[in-house]
Amino acid sequence: MADGNTINTSRRFFLLASAAGGGLMLAGCVTAAGDTTDGAPALAATPAKPAAPPVDMNNFVAIAPDGTIRIMNKNPEIGQGIKTMLPMLIAEEMDADWSKVTIEQGDADQARYGNQIAGGSFATPNHWVPQRQVGAAARLMLMQAAAARLNVSIDELSTEPSMVVHTATNKKIAYGDLVADAAKLTPPDPATLKMKDPASYRIIGKNMRNWDSPKIVRGEPIFGIDTVVPGMKYANFVKCPVFGGKIVSANIDEIKALPGVTDAFIVKAAGAPIPTKMGLLDGVAILADDWWTAKEAAKKLKIVWDEGVSKDESSASYDSQAAELAKKTPQTSLSKVGDAAAAMKTAAKTIEASYSYPFLVHAPLEPQNCTAHAKADGTVEVWAPTQRPDMGANGAFSLISTALGVAKEKITIHMIRCGGGFGRRLDNDYAVEAAAISKQAGNIPVKLIWTREQDMAHDPYRPGGYHNFKAGFDKSGNVVAMTNHFVSFGRPNDAGTMTILASANSPPQEFPANYVPNHEYSQSLMMGGMPTGPLRAPTSNAVCFVHQCFIDEMAIAAGKDPIDFRLELLAAPAPAGSAARAGMNAARMAEVVKVVRQRSGWDNRKSLPKGVGMGTAFYFSHQGYFAQVAKVKVEQNGAWRVLKVWSVGDVGSTIINPTNALNQVQGSIVDGISEMHQKITFDKGRTQQQNYFDMPLLRIDYAPQIDAHFHPSNNSPTGLGEPALPPVLPAVANAIFAATGKRIRSLPIVQKDIAWT
Amino acid sequence: MATYTLNVNGKTETVDVVDGNMPLLWVLRDKLDLKGTKFGCGVAACGACSVHLDGQVTRACVTPVSSVGAKRVTTIEAIGQSPVGQAVQKAWLDVDVMQCGYCQAGQIMAATALIATTPKPTDKEIDSAMQGNACRCGTYVRIREAIKTAAGAATADTREV
Repeated sequence: MADGNTINTSRRFFLLASAAGGGLMLAGCVTAAGDTTDGAPALAATPAKPAAPPVDMNNFVAIAPDGTIRIMNKNPEIGQGIKTMLPMLIAEEMDADWSKVTIEQGDADQARYGNQIAGGSFATPNHWVPQRQVGAAARLMLMQAAAARLNVSIDELSTEPSMVVHTATNKKIAYGDLVADAAKLTPPDPATLKMKDPASYRIIGKNMRNWDSPKIVRGEPIFGIDTVVPGMKYANFVKCPVFGGKIVSANIDEIKALPGVTDAFIVKAAGAPIPTKMGLLDGVAILADDWWTAKEAAKKLKIVWDEGVSKDESSASYDSQAAELAKKTPQTSLSKVGDAAAAMKTAAKTIEASYSYPFLVHAPLEPQNCTAHAKADGTVEVWAPTQRPDMGANGAFSLISTALGVAKEKITIHMIRCGGGFGRRLDNDYAVEAAAISKQAGNIPVKLIWTREQDMAHDPYRPGGYHNFKAGFDKSGNVVAMTNHFVSFGRPNDAGTMTILASANSPPQEFPANYVPNHEYSQSLMMGGMPTGPLRAPTSNAVCFVHQCFIDEMAIAAGKDPIDFRLELLAAPAPAGSAARAGMNAARMAEVVKVVRQRSGWDNRKSLPKGVGMGTAFYFSHQGYFAQVAKVKVEQNGAWRVLKVWSVGDVGSTIINPTNALNQVQGSIVDGISEMHQKITFDKGRTQQQNYFDMPLLRIDYAPQIDAHFHPSNNSPTGLGEPALPPVLPAVANAIFAATGKRIRSLPIVQKDIAWT
Repeated sequence: MATYTLNVNGKTETVDVVDGNMPLLWVLRDKLDLKGTKFGCGVAACGACSVHLDGQVTRACVTPVSSVGAKRVTTIEAIGQSPVGQAVQKAWLDVDVMQCGYCQAGQIMAATALIATTPKPTDKEIDSAMQGNACRCGTYVRIREAIKTAAGAATADTREV
């Protein structure tokens, strides 16, 4: 194994690639000590290397003779804790001593690691089995090596953390002493591996601190924006304030002459800008030896723009078009069960309500940035804080390959820790910009940083939407029919067909569809010219609010307790002709609803004074079941604060890293409440909000107390980055109604609208 | 071009900048390679760039380097040199505050300044001292707990429920 950094490909073999996206490949290859230092060789804080080089057991695990175990994290870390959690799965099944584990960030390399993405809360369900198999395979090979050395049957062996034990003689051999032999063995077929009994877990289910926290408290340079590459220049990139606008001319020579500016040039879009999609757009790049100088020089830019197709977009126009469309016959029927129109006619009582929510911006705290070096030899090296290095046309590899005209094989992407993601960094526009600027600047390394204002103006926004509900009841308050005419945004696709924008849909099976005897969900689209994309819990973060609030209105109209009413709906049989219930298991949901009712003291809420109220909501998304109760205080002038949120979640049998799981739920609740204060509006094709002063983030003084509880069930574990967020918005809105009698039917909440006397 | 002499983390540093209006944030990050202080908004609206000037929490993103003078600049890289700063760092780890971690340098700087002047802060004092520091991940429950842990106080949230 003294063969430097080369991989002995003659001994490489692949065992399997799993279908579940978390491909497992065990490669029997040997490398010397890796050059990986959190993905960025130039970063300062290199962890101390073991004295003797580690030996690769497979693509994820290397063990050094001194017992140090290096585990590679395959997925992007955006604050969801994946860099800690995936290695826990491996370490558990290999029976590693966690105190001897070091975790390093893998580069973007799907051939080696399988799919690499931070999105959809998929990492837990997709890796629960494959990553444990990686560990179990390593453990078996270590045991096989020990059996050979001791000349005993493998059945006589067991393991303790980082040791193989011969039970009869109590003879122990450390993993570090076995690795050289073990790495030469043929990896086992993962399907044959025996996994641990959960009762014997030593790592899964224990609180494991966020791996990089010690570096963070010391201010070590571990984020994308901290990347330093020798000889690099700092860049700012100015695009048209109207999405997709093209440059006619710019005062480049004037900018180049400014003190401290080392270069400036126009970058042209790669191909025609596609309305509503993120990629390389026209802009002016300004380079300097520090970023502030480049950014300040941009203030002197005079650019003549062709503002393009989106220049007339405005939120006021969206609202008036939506109101007109709501009056008309819907363009499309999304789902229809029974005869809602007939049932409404004979109903003893009907109610109607129109709901809306605004566009939102992701605004992760680390502004978009990327460091790239398009080298003279035709290769490209990229240091990107990204949620999606590969996969699809918007992955960094594809965007850079297309824009620069280089083969994907010539591109190296180091995935650097993201200062928040929330879906924003699934798009890689900033990465292709950095690569294009580096190339055009003469193949020098460039660190591109956006201003916060640029981030607000160039986001794949969470689209707004409009829902027009009607419900009918019989004399006993049973729901007989429900309809929703949903108004959203679309744009003609290449074939000329009006197609709904990304994340702008409302699923037709949204609860309580298929739980009421007659329902009809329909849709109308207006033209939208803004880029849109997934924001944490995409679709769910919007449609949960409107549906779970209208269900509250239905409960009041039916004269029923909002939780009783929901439990009755959940218990309803599926009506004849109804479609699948979107994978939601009603019994699991009813269970968490009942538990949150009990934990929150829901049934004692009648004693609350006016101005204080409790509201509830539940939601199934990303395979997770969450029910929440919020307690809100509203002053007479309408100033409001969430006092406490109780959350009960069922995400399966096992909470892999409880401290991080709770952190995700706590953060989701704060994030959801934050969204109730936020909006993005457009005028003349321009985003009107600029920074955190007009796009506020919730602060500590408005963050509620949180009781976050998990209610395990006998199901495979599922993810937690998203499903705890959607229900908090309607729970809070319903609590405001309980406190004041004022119904929240649009966001953000306007203080004067909920003032009371 | 202008030259400034600064006292950063106990060391004397001389920097050349094109313009004396260049904020301390970018002097720290791009001239002195101290990347721990973070850029979040550029307009003192998020607190990610918080440093101490003579012990006072200051937003480095709106502090021109020309205005710093002889004031002692302390950044996250040196916060562990004070007993309070060290206690805050330890509490942040013990409580496992971090999600993405990007705002936390600023949070730690603000918390350290708070405890240095108010050794046993109440919830109200925590709200007041920390409301300028945004956490996009929403780790406020833990920030509150970590401040109390660092201060050696009971961690229960005493605000109205």
